[in-house]
Amino acid sequence: MASEEQHTILDVHALAIGYALKKDKNVIAEGISFSLKQGTLVGLVGANGIGKSTLLRTLSGMQPPLEGSVLLQGEPFKSYSVLGLAAQLSVVLTETPASKNLTVQELISLGRQPYTNWMGRLSEIDIKVVNEAMEVTDTNSLSRRKCFELSDGQLQRVYIARALAQDTPLILLDEPTTHLDLYHRAYVLQLLKRLATEKNKCILFSTHEIDLAIQLSDLMVVMSSDGTFVDQPCNLITAGRFDALFPKDVIRFDPKTGRFGSIK
Amino acid sequence: MERLKTYRVSFLFLILLLFAALLINISFGSVAIPIDEIVTTLIGGEASKSSWHFIILDYRLPKAVVAVLAGGGLAVSGLLMQTLFRNPLAGPFVLGISSGASLGVALLILGAGAFGGYVSGLLLSQWSLVLAAAMGSFLVLLTVLVVTFRIKDTMAILIIGLMFGSITAAVVAVLSYFSNAEQLQQYIFWSFGSLGNQSWQGVAMLSLFCGGGFLLSFLRSKSLNALLLGENYAKSMGLHLKRTTFWIIIITSILAGSITAFVGPIAFVGLAVPHLTRQWFTTSNHFTLIPAVMLCGSILMLICDTIAQLPFSEYTLPINAITSLVGAPVVIWLLVRKRKLLF
Repeated sequence: MASEEQHTILDVHALAIGYALKKDKNVIAEGISFSLKQGTLVGLVGANGIGKSTLLRTLSGMQPPLEGSVLLQGEPFKSYSVLGLAAQLSVVLTETPASKNLTVQELISLGRQPYTNWMGRLSEIDIKVVNEAMEVTDTNSLSRRKCFELSDGQLQRVYIARALAQDTPLILLDEPTTHLDLYHRAYVLQLLKRLATEKNKCILFSTHEIDLAIQLSDLMVVMSSDGTFVDQPCNLITAGRFDALFPKDVIRFDPKTGRFGSIK
Repeated sequence: MERLKTYRVSFLFLILLLFAALLINISFGSVAIPIDEIVTTLIGGEASKSSWHFIILDYRLPKAVVAVLAGGGLAVSGLLMQTLFRNPLAGPFVLGISSGASLGVALLILGAGAFGGYVSGLLLSQWSLVLAAAMGSFLVLLTVLVVTFRIKDTMAILIIGLMFGSITAAVVAVLSYFSNAEQLQQYIFWSFGSLGNQSWQGVAMLSLFCGGGFLLSFLRSKSLNALLLGENYAKSMGLHLKRTTFWIIIITSILAGSITAFVGPIAFVGLAVPHLTRQWFTTSNHFTLIPAVMLCGSILMLICDTIAQLPFSEYTLPINAITSLVGAPVVIWLLVRKRKLLF
């Protein structure tokens, strides 16, 4: 849990997200406000199409906000250079890297690009950070393997290791648990939890694993048709925020178990 | 973390192979010249026959140097395009550079008839062909660049390049329809490609362009490596995407454009060599791949040219046909063996 003296990484105020096409504004979600501190694991949940990816894109600076402000370390995105931003924020995307011919070690080392010279040569520090990233994600034994040889679960660990090698206070992950089996879904989220606590990172991930996210996250962002709510998972359950996530005709949220169940 | 392979031995082997291919290429032809005579001539001595001296220094050596430059340059630009578009089927001409050059040359040769005897003789000198091809590719390139700055999607550039190919092919077809047999033959001969008949000034100029292209592409290796992860990842790691795309297109144009201008369109080397090289150098790091691809391209081109000049006969086959005859089976073999082309 984030303590009071931890400093704020991401500050979002009255944010409206969506797409602006010339004069038309297509607002997907608005009135989003929260602030995230170091050492916190934040789960972002919501139904398909509610705007999770748009929010993540806005928070990673790939897309400008329609209204409101996003401050990273107290500064707006505009004040960062491309390289400066790369040292603050790393991402794990749903798209797979274009080249699967890279070895695991090569891929993870690419995370050091913001810090290396024009040749991309790894210094002692770079090698140390890459080693740590491989150790904590348990990808050491894979280092020589090519990405096309890996399973989805192993690949996800490699992508997370690359983001770690980038050594940023904030890591954003877009659905890191898709395509994974139950074991690996739990493994990845526990890994993220460990990184938040041990490495003091601020980690925001979107997911459809609502029950796992409730168990592991320090904070949760719930995007529903009623609005966007940010709080600790237990408070969100008491407030009944998960009920509004989906239409109630097929599944229903059980506040006692913290899970969704099928209506018989 | 394990140390990355440096491939020192492989590079040494490739360089030796390049020299061997160079000597063999110079040695074979309508007149076979012993290797030791070639070495003597190249290090400044006199060959035992004065005609050999002339053949080596004024005909075969410039042709071999052009083969080295053209093979290496096309292969490197193929690699750049495959990385930029993250498409294993991309080659140096996907941006429409060779179609642009064809258009320039077609306009010159097939349009020259309109000016009548004296002027057309003047227009059709060696240099004017080079100039027309260069202008043609430059025009296409300029249009592609303008489009690049107006659209966000890199893949759209690929489609636009293909469209330019279709348009120029159509214009060439219309021009051919209105030209006589002699002009058509001249145009077709140009499209066969030719490494020979270059003056030393021409070779020097081509070396300048290719050398610059090699250097610039090597300097872009770090950005190229980042692009292997895809555009969004590359941007998130601090890459200036537009600037990088711009430079890669410029470098490819310098290399492929100047080579096409001097030797005509040469198929398949740019597509096949990067894949061949990746079989051997199992890395995606462009700092290793660029020099490796360059050497392999040069060696392959020398071999193709040695075949094309049909040793011991007076005939020379069109180089463009030989590179396809060698290149296409290689790509098929790779696909059958590996089932997919990785990049």
